[in-house]
Amino acid sequence: MEILPKKNPVDFAFSLITAVASLSIILIIIGIFWILIRESSLAINKFGIIHFLTSADWNPVKETFGAAANIYGTCITTALSLLIAVPVAIGIAIFVTEVAPNFLKGPIGMAIELLAAIPSIIYGMWGLFTLAPIMSKYIEPALQNTIGKLPVLEILFRGTPLGIDILTASVILSIMIIPFTASIARDSFNLTPDIVKESAYAVGATQWEVVKNVVLPYSKLGVFGGVVLSLGRALGETMAVAFVLGNNHKIATSFFDAAATITVTLANEFTEAVNDVYLSSLFYLALVLFVMSFITLAIAKLFLIRAEKKYSR
Amino acid sequence: MNIEQKRKIEGFIALAFSSLAAFIGLFWLVFILGDVIIHGIGALNISLFLNDPAPAGVEGGGLRHAFVGQLMITLCATLIGVPVGVLGGTFLAEYAKRTRFAKIISVLSDIIVSVPSIVVGTFIYALLVRPLGHFSGWAGAVALSVIMIPVVLRTTEDMLSMVPWTLREAAFALGAPYYKVIIQVVYRGAATGILTGILLSIARVAGETAPLLFTSFNNNFFSWDMNRPIASLTATIFQYAMGPYESWHRQAWAAAFVITLFILALTILGRLVLKWRYKQ
Repeated sequence: MEILPKKNPVDFAFSLITAVASLSIILIIIGIFWILIRESSLAINKFGIIHFLTSADWNPVKETFGAAANIYGTCITTALSLLIAVPVAIGIAIFVTEVAPNFLKGPIGMAIELLAAIPSIIYGMWGLFTLAPIMSKYIEPALQNTIGKLPVLEILFRGTPLGIDILTASVILSIMIIPFTASIARDSFNLTPDIVKESAYAVGATQWEVVKNVVLPYSKLGVFGGVVLSLGRALGETMAVAFVLGNNHKIATSFFDAAATITVTLANEFTEAVNDVYLSSLFYLALVLFVMSFITLAIAKLFLIRAEKKYSR
Repeated sequence: MNIEQKRKIEGFIALAFSSLAAFIGLFWLVFILGDVIIHGIGALNISLFLNDPAPAGVEGGGLRHAFVGQLMITLCATLIGVPVGVLGGTFLAEYAKRTRFAKIISVLSDIIVSVPSIVVGTFIYALLVRPLGHFSGWAGAVALSVIMIPVVLRTTEDMLSMVPWTLREAAFALGAPYYKVIIQVVYRGAATGILTGILLSIARVAGETAPLLFTSFNNNFFSWDMNRPIASLTATIFQYAMGPYESWHRQAWAAAFVITLFILALTILGRLVLKWRYKQ
């Protein structure tokens, strides 16, 4: 390669060492793919791809495994958590860039980033001991008595509100993923050129109108990238959800039902897998999750690259 | 009401909602941290650090084994992950500057930063646990280092790119080979940034549980042996919090308080240093 210095042997050696170190990323990605495919080959041969992804029958005793219930659980907790988190996160970003006085901008931004630094097991534990009882005593009965009486939405709020269910898990997950969207959205909002905003002010727009009609459209790409990044993170969350989701391999229809996500199933059942097909099916689940998150995170990165290109023009 | 008043009111309501959103975010933070502090400080006592665990359901006992285990796993993960990350970032920012190779590795690294940590756990299980036939602290350390490497690599690359090129040119003009320029000039210039990146990556992996669940597993006894299952604070919190005993729950809160304090202190320190050093 031309970039490696060939004249000085020590220089050449150092450049080789650093080059090999940087190849570790490729090794990690290819390694994970290869090992997951190799370990799940037994389950892939037995259950195929379409059948595994669409069957909800997770039966360790009969040795038939289907991932549909897990994939459904992952998707629904992630979707619900995004629904709750994204408006709050964008609101936080608007607050930090527009409403907050200058001396508060730094501390509040740092405080929101602290939410991302708290270990996920703390979220899980707090959810189990504090949030779940509150949900089951106050919030879920309240939801059942208000929205739960409406004709179509009633299906979503059936069942005994025990607190260990999809809704609690989604709330905890949403708190966890707020910082990712909030900080990327804030950075994107700050990159809007002042000239553009000032021209809007000059024709008489109010502060909110500038945000709605100038800042938000300009930073669409960045905000979207942040949202998809939160999605990717939410897909892979284990400990925050493991405490409060229950572990029910069933496609649940109510928010008050227990469910199972891929991550929680892996955490709970991996060390208990008694036979080869069971373990191989768990690796198959891990492969499905890895593919899902890799694609999601790649899409997020694509948006963020496009946003960077656009803002630095 | 004329249009101007309507626009003003609409703006006021919208910005009020955004303030509400910020309040909600801060509310969760204060609620969670407050809960951890209240429950944790109540259960904190010196025997937590000095004693090994009591038999299940029996009062007393401590988490010495878990603290020591967590320290060892994190230390070994740092020893593996930081050199690989720093050297890799150096290659991308120096020798491979502006090449397509560097851009590809950079993008892939950013993607892998957020990979589900439990998938890393299963990967290392198949790689280091099954072939050897037993769980080990080393497997846990390697799993954590796999999570650490992309983080350290990206922050090193960013910090090194911020050192002005003229600094390197001055060293080249004196006849230094590139590796000397890197080690003696560029590293010195970016030292604060790289060290802070390392601190933040340690803060990130110190709180991880999922990768340790099937690599270093857990151990109810005090052990220095990294070749066998070793206790970790996070896995112990998982076990105790899910358990049925009140004494276990109390110890889990105390351990949660200690680890949260440690990680938040590292994170705040790291971000403050970055802000101070790279004030724009």
